Amino acid sequence: MSSMLSEKFLIDNDGIQRFLVTINVNGIDYTRMVKANTVLVNFLRDELDLTGTKRGCEMGDCGSCTVLVDGKPMNSCLMLAVEAEGKQIITIEGVSTSENLDVLQEKFLEYGAIQCGYCSAGMILSAKALLTRNPHPTYEEVQEGISGNICRCTGYVNIIRAILAASGQEVENY
Amino acid sequence: MATDEREQVGKIYAPRPYNVIGKSKPRIDGREKATGSGKYCGDLRMPNMLYGKILQSPYAHAKILNIDISEALKIPGVVDVITSKDAPSLKYGLSPARYDENILCIEKVLYVGDKVAAVACVDEETCYKAIKAIKVDYEPLKPVLDYRTAMNDDMPQLHADFPKNINTEIHQKFGDPDEAIKNAYYSSTDVFVGQRTYQCPIEPHSAISSWKEGKLTIWSTTQTVHYFQHYIAREFGLKMGDVRIIRPLVGGGFGGKLEPTGLEYCGAIISKRTGRPVKMFFDRHEMFAHNRGRHQGTYEITTGVDKNGKLLGVKCDFLLDGGAYTSLGIATAYYAGGLLTLTYDFENYEFNLRRMYTNLPACGAQRGHGAPQPKYAFESHLDNVADALGIDKIEIRRVNSRQSDTVTINGFGIQSCHLGECIDKIHEVTDWEKKRKEGLPKNHGLGVATGSFVSGAGYPMYRNDLPQASCMIRVNEDGTAATLYTMSVDIGQGSDTVYCQMAAEAMGYRYENMKIVSGDTETTPHDFGAYSSRQTLMGGWACKRAGEDIKAKILETAGFMMHLPPEDLRCEDGKIYSMSRPKVDSITFEEAARKYFIIKGPLVGTGVYSVPRLGGYFKGAAVATSPAYSFCTQAAEVAVDEETGQVDILHAWDVHDAGQIINPNLMKGQVHGAFTMGLSEAVSEQVLFTDAGKIINPDLANYRVLTAKDMCTFSNYVIDAADDPAGPWGVKEVGEGANNPTLGAIRNAIKDATGVSVSTLPITAEKVWRALREKKEAEASK
Repeated sequence: MSSMLSEKFLIDNDGIQRFLVTINVNGIDYTRMVKANTVLVNFLRDELDLTGTKRGCEMGDCGSCTVLVDGKPMNSCLMLAVEAEGKQIITIEGVSTSENLDVLQEKFLEYGAIQCGYCSAGMILSAKALLTRNPHPTYEEVQEGISGNICRCTGYVNIIRAILAASGQEVENY
Repeated sequence: MATDEREQVGKIYAPRPYNVIGKSKPRIDGREKATGSGKYCGDLRMPNMLYGKILQSPYAHAKILNIDISEALKIPGVVDVITSKDAPSLKYGLSPARYDENILCIEKVLYVGDKVAAVACVDEETCYKAIKAIKVDYEPLKPVLDYRTAMNDDMPQLHADFPKNINTEIHQKFGDPDEAIKNAYYSSTDVFVGQRTYQCPIEPHSAISSWKEGKLTIWSTTQTVHYFQHYIAREFGLKMGDVRIIRPLVGGGFGGKLEPTGLEYCGAIISKRTGRPVKMFFDRHEMFAHNRGRHQGTYEITTGVDKNGKLLGVKCDFLLDGGAYTSLGIATAYYAGGLLTLTYDFENYEFNLRRMYTNLPACGAQRGHGAPQPKYAFESHLDNVADALGIDKIEIRRVNSRQSDTVTINGFGIQSCHLGECIDKIHEVTDWEKKRKEGLPKNHGLGVATGSFVSGAGYPMYRNDLPQASCMIRVNEDGTAATLYTMSVDIGQGSDTVYCQMAAEAMGYRYENMKIVSGDTETTPHDFGAYSSRQTLMGGWACKRAGEDIKAKILETAGFMMHLPPEDLRCEDGKIYSMSRPKVDSITFEEAARKYFIIKGPLVGTGVYSVPRLGGYFKGAAVATSPAYSFCTQAAEVAVDEETGQVDILHAWDVHDAGQIINPNLMKGQVHGAFTMGLSEAVSEQVLFTDAGKIINPDLANYRVLTAKDMCTFSNYVIDAADDPAGPWGVKEVGEGANNPTLGAIRNAIKDATGVSVSTLPITAEKVWRALREKKEAEASK
């Protein structure tokens, strides 16, 4: 924890420290008082009402709460909100503007990669991180890139196809 | 027919059989899911809302001596704590003969996770503190943890009305299987064992209850708003009309969200007491404890065949572990043997089953319901029979394959069945002939199995005379949009999308202009919901009929506008034109709809569907009846590492007879998902317990659901057949039949690769390695 952080905390009568933090989410700085034990996913959902980030297991196993932290995919249930101080967070709400979808979102729709949709936000953000570091992944690299995100509906087949298509590769659609 | 007529009048439109169905239209809810703007139950917040949790039992079997809530109530932020004294004591369950569950346990807890008390607090964090502060005195009792010995005399009895812990007992006999097997060319018996699995939807269960001025409203993660309404109204003595159930987006169900949990009931009680909305929720561990996943069972199968492998007689003796309550398990029990008669035609059949109560989480309906494990046993047995007779594995399935227009020995009428073509196609696409002749690489194996499933259960879960499905379409005043209202539930399978496609097709309208309101008992007309793969066929009829109702009204108005008889008009893709006078200007659906509104008011169409009486007259004859049945074959090629026993799935094939496909993209997605769930159950998943009945692996790190890395490449094939008159446009189901063959196909592929049979699920690397070592040792000692 930075020294700057330690200078601006208070303790409530529940014995838990509160910190004044500034976190950049989807390009906007939010300054909020957060409890020391608040995890990032709850900060995003409860404080900022960004409910696109889902809670699936709260133990870092399912990947539904994946967000980008300084460009890297992270399980936001395993990260404290205070740890995000000064970091750039991208959630699913920050992936596209209201009218224009990101190419990944478009391909997810086109290739039937979304069923119940509960894993979709995390899946799209993991895929986004993958395509950023590796713009032309192979089939196996896509499998690897989303292996931290569990999907119970699609069997991953159409998700992999959508990500390959988003990377500009030709994928036949049904 | 319409196409031919159009061609005669000068090809106004290119001939197309359908404008809307049969096309991969984008999901109607796709965009909100892709952008994160869609709201699931856990995303909803009401003003002044409380958060609640249920205290679950730490013992598998214990008497509750005392519950002290005083310390919990002292914690700042704790608003209410309830125990069984505050809840109705009326038992609930699937059928009146087996109402065996209470909202909160009264005298005894029956599994680790059973419902003891509930708290409501100002925030989530306080709930966990409050739960911990409740002091419960238990007197631990001896638990029944093994279903195979649950009926022994020295075992305690869980429920007073069920001696020997037998929850359900089935004895069905058709023809003379003993005689048929005795006289057969070859007869044999195999025993296979299945494991407990859990649906593991990625979205945890939650419910927000609000009880105000005599009316109870619940937003819930549900697969069926109707049954929730029915069960909840009954439990609280309310009129159905005073209970409103609303489905927000649902993040997967797979059978795990079919019954109200303590979340709905306890939330309702607390909301009534506090006057505030209450959000109750499970975390992942609590989901595993609540369970209602797949039953584990032991499956003994005896068959007699002729020298070609034709089945003459079949005897099944099954034993299921039901857990502490009935849940949907009585249906599971009947499905287990009932559905085995679908894919293969035989004349003599005996089906015996016992479903046992144990002090483990209750089992229910998981994708494919009672069928996947028995089918795995049957398909595995069939391969063993083929091996014994030296018959090709595809050939033995071909000689037994069901045909169209037949009736199974247990009374299911099957009008359209293209299983034979599915078998031929899998033979072709797997390159079966060549691979069999030339052989596969060392330690590679190819396995095949068949599948089938109901396109909707013929009878509802509780006795009632409501139609299976209904819907209403309202076209707006200027005709630029139409809204479909239905109580059906989209849990991710895509029913909202295919309903809109079917309605638009029947209306002669455009999918892109369709809106839908679904899964709300107050604003939508009755439909039983998402289970038994029923919605596309049953709800589809309602959509088609409501759409045709609209179209008739549109054509009548258009006839008036165009000065032509309505019978001469066609309405397709939003255009209305004359059949006999191609030079008369066409008008649009919108124009006619607008005119209708001006003259007559709201343009509304309705449709309803009831199932005709189905099935025989013996006990349990109703379960597994359906208007139509899907058929399929699956094959998998695997490579097994001899040193480690690790199974690598290289490729899988599915060939499906699902009748008319409404949306190819969604249909194939259903097959992928069902296959992958089956594959995951075949090689990985198992809920494990300690010897005190506690779950060892109630999380997604230790309960291993397959990831993208584990999944093989996949080929889909669809039999182009839409000839089942029981479905609208000839549709049949796909969501559950597609995991009917999977377990068997995987087992058969591993057997083919290794020569060893692992007869218990899941077929883990360790089990394969042990079986291979035993085989080696046996060979060495020869």
